[in-house]
Amino acid sequence: MYATNFSRAANLADASAKMGAATDGKYLAGGQTLIPTMKQRLAAPSDLIDLTRIPDLSGIKADADTVTIGAATRHYDVATSATVRGAIPAIAALAAGIGDPAVRHMGTIGGSIANNDPAADYPAAVLALGAGIITDKRTIFAEAWFQGMFSTALGTDEIVKAIQFPIPAKAAYAKFPNPASRYALAGVFVAKMKNGSVRVAATGVGEGGVLRFPALEAALQANWSAAALANVAVSPEGLLSDIHGSAEYRANLVNVMARRAVAAAG
Amino acid sequence: MGMEGIGQRVVRKEDKRFITGKGKYTDDVKLVGMTHAHFVRSPHAHAKVVSIDSAAALAMPGVIAVLTGAELVADRIGNLICGWMVHSKDGSPMKMGAYPAMAPETVRYVGQAVAVVIAETKNQARDAAEAVTVEYEELPAATTVAAALASDAPQLHPEAPGNRVYEWSIGDKAATETAFSGAAHVVSMDITNNRLVPNPMEPRSAVANYDSGDDALTLWTTSQNPHVARLVLSAFYNIAPEHKLRVIAPDVGGGFGSKIYIYPEEIVCLWASRKVNRPIKWTSDRTEAFLTDAHGRDHVSKAEMAFDADHKILGLRVHTYANFGAYMSLFSSSVPTYLYATLLSGQYVIPAIYAEVDGVYTNTVPVDAYRGAGRPEATYLLERMMETAARQFGLDPVDLRRKNFITSFPYQTPVIMTYDAGDYNASLDAALKAIDYAGFPARKAAAAARGKLRGIGFSCYIEACGIAPSKAVGSLGAGVGLWESAEVRVNPVGTVEVLTGSHSHGQGHETTFAQLISERLGIGIDQVSIVHGDTDKVQFGMGTYGSRSGAVGMSAIVKAMDKVEAKARKIAAHLMEAAEGDIVIEGGEFKVAGTDKKMPFALVALAAYTGHNLPDGMEPGLKEGAFYDPTNFTFPAGTYVCEVEIDADTGKTEVVNFVAADDFGRMINPMIVEGQVHGGLAQGIGQALLEGTVYSDDGQLMTASYMDYCMPRADDLPSFDLHHTTTLCPGNPLGIKGCGEAGAIGSPPAVINAITDAIGHNDMSMPATPAKVWAAIHGRAAAE
Ligand SMILES: Cc1cc2nc3c(=O)[nH]c(=O)nc-3n(C[C@H](O)[C@H](O)[C@H](O)COP(=O)(O)OP(=O)(O)OC[C@H]3O[C@@H](n4cnc5c(N)ncnc54)[C@H](O)[C@@H]3O)c2cc1C
Repeated sequence: MYATNFSRAANLADASAKMGAATDGKYLAGGQTLIPTMKQRLAAPSDLIDLTRIPDLSGIKADADTVTIGAATRHYDVATSATVRGAIPAIAALAAGIGDPAVRHMGTIGGSIANNDPAADYPAAVLALGAGIITDKRTIFAEAWFQGMFSTALGTDEIVKAIQFPIPAKAAYAKFPNPASRYALAGVFVAKMKNGSVRVAATGVGEGGVLRFPALEAALQANWSAAALANVAVSPEGLLSDIHGSAEYRANLVNVMARRAVAAAG
Repeated sequence: MGMEGIGQRVVRKEDKRFITGKGKYTDDVKLVGMTHAHFVRSPHAHAKVVSIDSAAALAMPGVIAVLTGAELVADRIGNLICGWMVHSKDGSPMKMGAYPAMAPETVRYVGQAVAVVIAETKNQARDAAEAVTVEYEELPAATTVAAALASDAPQLHPEAPGNRVYEWSIGDKAATETAFSGAAHVVSMDITNNRLVPNPMEPRSAVANYDSGDDALTLWTTSQNPHVARLVLSAFYNIAPEHKLRVIAPDVGGGFGSKIYIYPEEIVCLWASRKVNRPIKWTSDRTEAFLTDAHGRDHVSKAEMAFDADHKILGLRVHTYANFGAYMSLFSSSVPTYLYATLLSGQYVIPAIYAEVDGVYTNTVPVDAYRGAGRPEATYLLERMMETAARQFGLDPVDLRRKNFITSFPYQTPVIMTYDAGDYNASLDAALKAIDYAGFPARKAAAAARGKLRGIGFSCYIEACGIAPSKAVGSLGAGVGLWESAEVRVNPVGTVEVLTGSHSHGQGHETTFAQLISERLGIGIDQVSIVHGDTDKVQFGMGTYGSRSGAVGMSAIVKAMDKVEAKARKIAAHLMEAAEGDIVIEGGEFKVAGTDKKMPFALVALAAYTGHNLPDGMEPGLKEGAFYDPTNFTFPAGTYVCEVEIDADTGKTEVVNFVAADDFGRMINPMIVEGQVHGGLAQGIGQALLEGTVYSDDGQLMTASYMDYCMPRADDLPSFDLHHTTTLCPGNPLGIKGCGEAGAIGSPPAVINAITDAIGHNDMSMPATPAKVWAAIHGRAAAE
């Protein structure tokens, strides 16, 4: 790690001010991505501005139609939240499957969404549910937020405040972990919204990061059952191929995990 | 005998310090004035070093020196050696490419050191290393045996034309050809043994301290054999004469073979410490460990087995290509030859064997012994062949093996080894009973009902441990003898210190060696301490690898104890005015048989040191040493059975049942033995299912972190079902065979045999990743 200045932001305005004063600052949340990257000297911010002590940035709220999770909320807190488990159990289950306990006690949803790792779990839920990303400046919806691997609509000094998820009628997430990293080799989130529309998004598979699968959505729209997906081919085109699996294998996993998710969603 | 003697499941003494964070590892060493080293490493797999500009680095804060390979060579620091001479079929010696500790002219693998920065702090050294500008002229690279042997392959070393180190053979070629010509059946297979990265929990580390007052050097290092390190550093690398070099291997957090070798970093730190006249510390980070620790395995073989009409084996023919990486590591030459091909008879009567082994240079990290070293490769080849043969013949794989088992001992194989004792049917029977072989079809049907493919696979392994008679290994080309030494020092108040040349880096010697003393003297293990890992304390020793510390190391302790005990008996007999032959030792007391006369061992010891009343002519004191040179290898053997269930949709394999029935001879502490087997099985199952080392064609290590290199984790493994059958080893006083490597040796073929049984497709390479298994099931091309 290169030498860096660490400071804690008291509130959003303080965070922005500290960022403005830094030559090459970075916001720090759980540090589960940023710190390892810095230790490998692949990132060298002049300043780290810790967001996790900003009071309104953590916590979970729900109303009849939405669940809103503060950006600095840890994966562990999402996984164990009675509110999330009641309203969107798929998200609690997803959070419970991220990394290991140490990672879940540090990592945050905002950090995960801002980072947009192509194999991270949360992006699948955010895109499948069409969640809104609320920043200190605006609200951006999932479709516009994800802009390819490790790339989002977030402005350089913009802060994610919360993620607002519409509560679906049914949803589930099925993940096939990469044996080595335990990130998703394929993670599929299926959702049937209250208005009847169906959305399917998968992480770990796309060359450009998280993506939706319209053919799977159409089949489920017609018939919400695992059986409905049995003969729906997923094209390997545009899917990742690496030492852990070919595009063809990943395409297969998308179908398999989608079926398992639908079965789990009921 | 007592509660803490041989055979007792005594809790490990050393664990208190390990689990309370009180272990003292090399990186914990902090010396006044200590500086830090950071190496500048090649980003290319093969390149000429055109120039090194360290001016900018030298100007950076805290920087003391930037040293290069050219300076090292100018100071006449010796090239790294390979300590086992292997000759080719044509009688020519193996062809060694020069291996300087830092490359002055040519780099041959990614990560090879070209320069070192010494600075006041670790971060300053690292910062400055980034400012060293090295100009390279890239050369084409070859990372696989096939690429390195291709006609247009880049030439790595001028000394080794065609990138060939040696073309060695063993066995009787003509007899083997005859066996094949008369065969009713021939089974042939191409078999690859995947390359592994050792990954001990503690990365390598070195602290070198030059004391200008004494003109002497001390090295703290992560070594499995500090005396061998000192010998090699002195005799070959021109670091300092042995009496001016102290090597200390304190607590070491795992080695698995990778810490046997003397690596460039230790040499450079010692040399540089003298140059800058300051202590220097270097500790590998995990990336450096991936890039520079000696890797393991990496064989490509073609194997053929000839059978008669009754399915008895007639002969075995093998041609193996061993990828040695870019340079010959310290014992690498012996691994695919004397530690591999000599085990190709397995547990079977094979009248004729002929094996050829070609050693090949590639632009990858040097490869050397890794847990099992050659024996896993032999076992994998044979046990895949046996299972495949049984499938081709439509026979039960158990029956085919049984029919061919060696059943009388001693047994001379056609490939050097004389097996001393064993009962292969006994371990097979124990394993079959434990797994409930008869119940397998029902379990398979039940799995099918749950949508899973269930398979069963066997492996009947043998290994040669306790390496080995010095004369024998010497005649085969070893540069060292492989005996062990021990010294038993009884203190005046009756506590005991045992000095051993073995080195514990996870094996639990502080407990098991103390159990031996407890067994002999009847004193508690808390009365005994084991001293090892310091060349200034222990006279000499050969270290720990090849499951030799029990069979060889403890045998030396037995010999020293015999002498201590003999003298103590004499003293006790004299003090109690009894005949020496009437003295019995029991519960820490010396007693006169048939009387109520007795005295505690502590008083015998005290008498030895006061010298007030000793038998006439006896020297005072109670301290004896011994060297033990084994008469043969030891031959642990056993049967492993693995059951897997495979999810055909994803290709994921779950090991649902794993039985190990081992014959280790006498067990000093069954709990520690089980721990060794558990660890070995985890490594073997890791090799079979998870661990794959991938180089890109241009020599970049694609699996250089845990994001891509998959280490086995607890949830990848079942609860192991361990059993033991026992035939004592006749070759050493305790009847020990050794248990450190069996798990890693025996398990990979059991896993792959189970997977191929489950999917009904015999072609599966390791690691059997979900992607590969899925592709095999569905007839698709595997992942690249
Ligand atoms: C061993 C390990 C295993 C893991 N396994 C998984 C896994 O299985 N699945 C998975 O999805 N993830 C996994 N992760 C990643 C983990 O979930 C991270 O926590 C997450 O990706 C980043 O969140 P963080 O809070 O740690 O962010 P940080 O590392 O602190 O920050 C990441 C990036 O986001 C930015 N950022 C953070 N918060 C905000 C904000 N509120 N507004 C604007 N920008 C912000 C930072 O500036 C930085 O660029 C793993 C990590 C580790 C170390």
